[in-house]
Order: sequence, then C-alpha cells, then structure tokens
Amino acid sequence: MKFIAVIRQVPDGESRLRIGGNRVDLSSATLILDQMDEYGVEEALRLKEKHGGEAIAVGFGPERAEEAIRTALAMGMDRGIHVVYEGYADPVTVAEALAPVLKEEAPTLVLTGGQQADWDSQALGAALAEALGVPVVPWTTALELEGETAKAKHDLDEGAEWVRVKLPAVFTTQQGLNEPRYPTLPGIMKAKKKEIKKVAFQGKGRVEILEETIQEKARLQRILDGKDPVAAAEELVRLLHEEAKVI
Amino acid sequence: MILVVLDHDGTKLRKGSLEALTRARQLAQALGERVAGVLLAEERAPLEEARGYVETLYVAELGPYTAEKWAAGILEAAREGVKAILAPSSRQSRAYLGRVAYALKAGLLEDTLESWAEGGQVYATRYAYLNRVTQKVKSAPPVVLTVKPNTTPLAEPLGQMGEVVTMNVPPVATVEVLERVQEERKGVSLTEANVVVTGGRGMGSAEAFKQVEELAALLGGAVGATRAVVDAGWRPYGEQVGQTGKTVQPSLYIALGVSGAVQHLAGMNKSKYIVAVNKDPEAPIFKHADYGIVGDVHQVLPALIEAVKKLKD
Ligand SMILES: Cc1cc2nc3c(=O)[nH]c(=O)nc-3n(C[C@H](O)[C@H](O)[C@H](O)COP(=O)(O)OP(=O)(O)OC[C@H]3O[C@@H](n4cnc5c(N)ncnc54)[C@H](O)[C@@H]3O)c2cc1C
Repeated sequence: MKFIAVIRQVPDGESRLRIGGNRVDLSSATLILDQMDEYGVEEALRLKEKHGGEAIAVGFGPERAEEAIRTALAMGMDRGIHVVYEGYADPVTVAEALAPVLKEEAPTLVLTGGQQADWDSQALGAALAEALGVPVVPWTTALELEGETAKAKHDLDEGAEWVRVKLPAVFTTQQGLNEPRYPTLPGIMKAKKKEIKKVAFQGKGRVEILEETIQEKARLQRILDGKDPVAAAEELVRLLHEEAKVI
Repeated sequence: MILVVLDHDGTKLRKGSLEALTRARQLAQALGERVAGVLLAEERAPLEEARGYVETLYVAELGPYTAEKWAAGILEAAREGVKAILAPSSRQSRAYLGRVAYALKAGLLEDTLESWAEGGQVYATRYAYLNRVTQKVKSAPPVVLTVKPNTTPLAEPLGQMGEVVTMNVPPVATVEVLERVQEERKGVSLTEANVVVTGGRGMGSAEAFKQVEELAALLGGAVGATRAVVDAGWRPYGEQVGQTGKTVQPSLYIALGVSGAVQHLAGMNKSKYIVAVNKDPEAPIFKHADYGIVGDVHQVLPALIEAVKKLKD
C-alpha cells in the first residue's frame, strides 16, 4: 500500500507579514509545513503503521519548500518528491503539476490539508481528485480502510456524514482527524539521508495576483481595569452603547 | 453563458445563491452574456422560485449530495460553454467547484469579496494569509468563482419565468453516503448573527457557558467557541470560530477567556468591533480588541449581564 501526503510550505501564522512592492514579502517570515497538511502526514504514517507499505510526502513550491518536505520526512515519511515551482500557482495549476507525479506513483490514497494557510484556498484536494479521476472526501475527521474501499467521516456545511468510497481517493484533512506527532531528533537525523526527488514544472498559472495589501484594521484598544468588575462592566456597556453604538 | 449554482434548503433558495445571482448579473452585463442557473435538486427543490431569477434553468434530480454528482451536474449544464460559474462559498461548493474548475481548466477565484469584468478579464478581491491580507486577482474566462457570504446585495426576481431544461446526468457512484448527522440549529445562525459572544478555555467549564448563552440572548446574538473549548467537549463543533471553524463578521464580537491565537483570529478578525475579557493583560487578543476588560471572566461576565439588563430597562 502507498499513502501520499501532499504538502506545502507556508508562513507561520504568528509571523509578521510585510509588503514589498505590492506583494507580500516572505523573505523574513518563518516558514513551516502547513499545519493543515501535518494532519495528512500523520494520517499517512498511521495508515502505514497499521497496514504496511510506504508513506510519501509530495511537495509543491519553490526551492525553499524542501524544508517542509524534510519536516515531513523527520516525522517519519519514507521519501519525498518535490515539484519545484517559483511564484504563485492557483489550485488548478498545482493539481495539473502534481497529477503526473501522483499517477506514476499509483497510491492507495492521497491526503492533503483542508485549507492552505497562505492562499486560504480549500480547493486543492478537489482539483487533485478531478485530475486523477477519483472521488474526494473533504474535511475528513475519521478514516478507516476496508479492503478496496475506505469508510470516512467528514464535515458538511451543516453537520457531518459517514461515507464509503472506492479507493484510490483524495481526502482533505482537518483538526479532529488525529494529533500530528513532532519530529524526533533521530527522525531529523534520518530525514537528512532520505531521498527527495526533484521534478520541474513548466506550466503557467491561470490566476494572477495583481496586488496584496495587509488588512489589519486599527483597533481602538480601550482596555479597562477589571479590579472593580461591576464598574468596568458598566463602563464597557456604556461605551458599546454610546460610542460604538452596537448595543 | 454565466452559470449560477442555486443552493437551497429544501424550501427556498439560500441567501448565498441570491448573492451569487447578483454577481452573475454584473459579470453577464460586462461580458455580454446571459445568466443561467443550475438546480441539482435534492427533493423539494424550489423550482418555481429559481425560475424567477434566470433565463434558463438546468435541472437534474441527483439524490443526496456528493461532490462528484454535483460536479457532473454542473459540467452537464456548462456543456454549451460558459464564461463563468458562480456559487456561494461553502465547504460543499468548494469541493465540487474545485473539480469543475479542473475539468474546465478554469481560473478558480475562491471566496471573493467583489468581482468585476474589464477588457474581457475577470477580476476579484479576496482574503489570504488567514484573513490578514487582501488580494486583487485576475483571470481570463472561463472562471469559477465563489462568493463570500454577506458581501453582496441580494438579487431580485426577473419578473418572468425562465425556461426549464431537464438534464440527463450520467450516474456517478464513487461515494456512498452511509449516514448523515444533521447539526441542530437553535437561535440565530452564527455566520449571520450581528452579535457573537464567544467563550474560550478561560470559561473553565461547560456549565459556565450558560452565562455566555444568557449574554448572547440578551444581545440577540449567537454563541461561538474556540477550538480548545470544542476539543474539551464543552460546546459543539458547529459553534467553533476560526480557521477550521466558521468565519463570522458581526458588528460586535465579544471574546471571553479567549487567548487570541491566529487560527481563532482568522475566523473573526473582520468583525466591526471586538471586545475582549481576559485576566491576562498580555493576552494577544487585546492587541486585536477595540474594548476590553482585564479581569476574571467569572466576575466580569455576571456584571456584564447585569449592566446590559440595566441598559435595556
Ligand atoms: C491547523 C489549526 C487550526 C486551528 N483552528 C482553530 C479554529 O478554527 N478556532 C480556534 O479557536 N482555534 C483553532 N486552532 C487552535 C488555536 O491555535 C488555539 O489553540 C485556540 O484558539 C486556543 O483557544 P482558547 O483561546 O480558548 O484557549 P487558550 O489558548 O488556553 O486561552 C485561554 C485564555 O483564557 C484566559 N483565562 C483563563 N482563565 C481566565 C479567567 N478566569 N478569566 C479570564 N480569562 C481567563 C487565559 O489568560 C488565556 O488567554 C487551530 C490550531 C491549528 C494548529
């Protein structure tokens, strides 16, 4: 069996974003393996531990994204494939770039994060599924293999459902599916020696980003001392009523 | 053709579909196209209502929703060629539209705040980086575009009934739905509420949320929760606000005992006014707050409830 986790490198949510020119400049940001993708790596590892086979991390992005693949290898993935592409690519283009690699590997199933922490896109899993001609189960919170099929629980807009799906299939991950493990020191040492195959992608994205601006609304920051809770609460309610006029 | 996926709740079109129709009409006008709708009925679809909004309505009875069936239905409707496909942003729409966009090799513009066409190109604005950045993006048609809720005025009916085309969609059966767990909804829906009162781990227990509910009810709002609270089993997942929960944008967001992690901020940082109550003056949430009280929520919350009651008298 072969379990693939598709991953990306993104800025750490806590890191400060800067604008250079009219685009976000990540040169001084801390970059990490997308936390949503970590669930996919963890799930691939658990499936391998339970059913045997191989767990592979497939990454898309610029040269520096190799660090995120190394993180996945340090968590325990067997090997990595890096589809190298500089610049922005929309999910349809990313799926196009990854499809030949995934087809060649012929995996039992593919996992990827439910949402990207940089482009806020939720479409990669669905686009990949279409590219591979297989079903997609988005926002998976439980996954069990049953022979040629998988039984999975996933969230809908209102509520959730259990489905049975023919394999191979694409699953997008989210919180609740598992608790991702941390890379261990021996894991990090071993990861240095694991193979990362590089694949170049020549295609061009369809969606172009023209401009990015940071939208952090300036907040009033009128913070009251709550030593006298009744007085503070009354003052807050007065401000919300008279100044903000929201109650 | 500009095609709108008409989403419904079994009796009427959802608000998000009416927003998508407004956007579709704007694009149709700029690109010189007509507006069609597609209704992938799951029983009791509001066929007559839907006809009132479009020139052509493509209809198919596909049974319970799966991303594969919905994608097949939309692609069938799009067979004669589309410049744009629009739908409200939702978890479900992104799953089928991701497939559709790939199949049409279209530019996918997700969660757009605004959209317009100029010189034959489609432009949109949207948030990125966990809602911290606004992007202006562009793609040549065909595009697949999702409309962020509460960004767009609702379309009015056309005053004439569109033609109905019944489609024959080849069956796709790769996903079998075994069991559906419906979420119970009470009071104002979280994503549409004008006031949201969210409790975090600082509330200390599930019981303490009775007072969160009380304050929310007094303000005519909805209750929200952080992931820490949902993970602890104090509140249902449907109330989670944040990156993996719901995105809300009320006039007033009150965060009680919430630290203000980025993943939580991603779901509420576009609220008009943010209020925080936290005993730790260094809690990150205060940096994102308009008003706040540094104090113990178990003392401040009862006092807040009393103060609001007093104001109402
Ligand atoms: C991929 C990913 C996705 C995530 N998605 C989400 C999401 O959608 N939504 C979400 O909320 N989180 C999400 N998280 C988790 C997030 O990182 C935080 O762990 C979470 O938001 C913390 O919740 P909290 O503020 O309730 O708890 P804590 O961080 O524990 O904070 C509790 C706060 O309460 C205060 N407090 C304690 N006692 C009192 C008292 N008596 N009176 C007043 N204040 C008190 C403390 O000072 C503290 O600031 C996600 C994380 C990851 C990795």
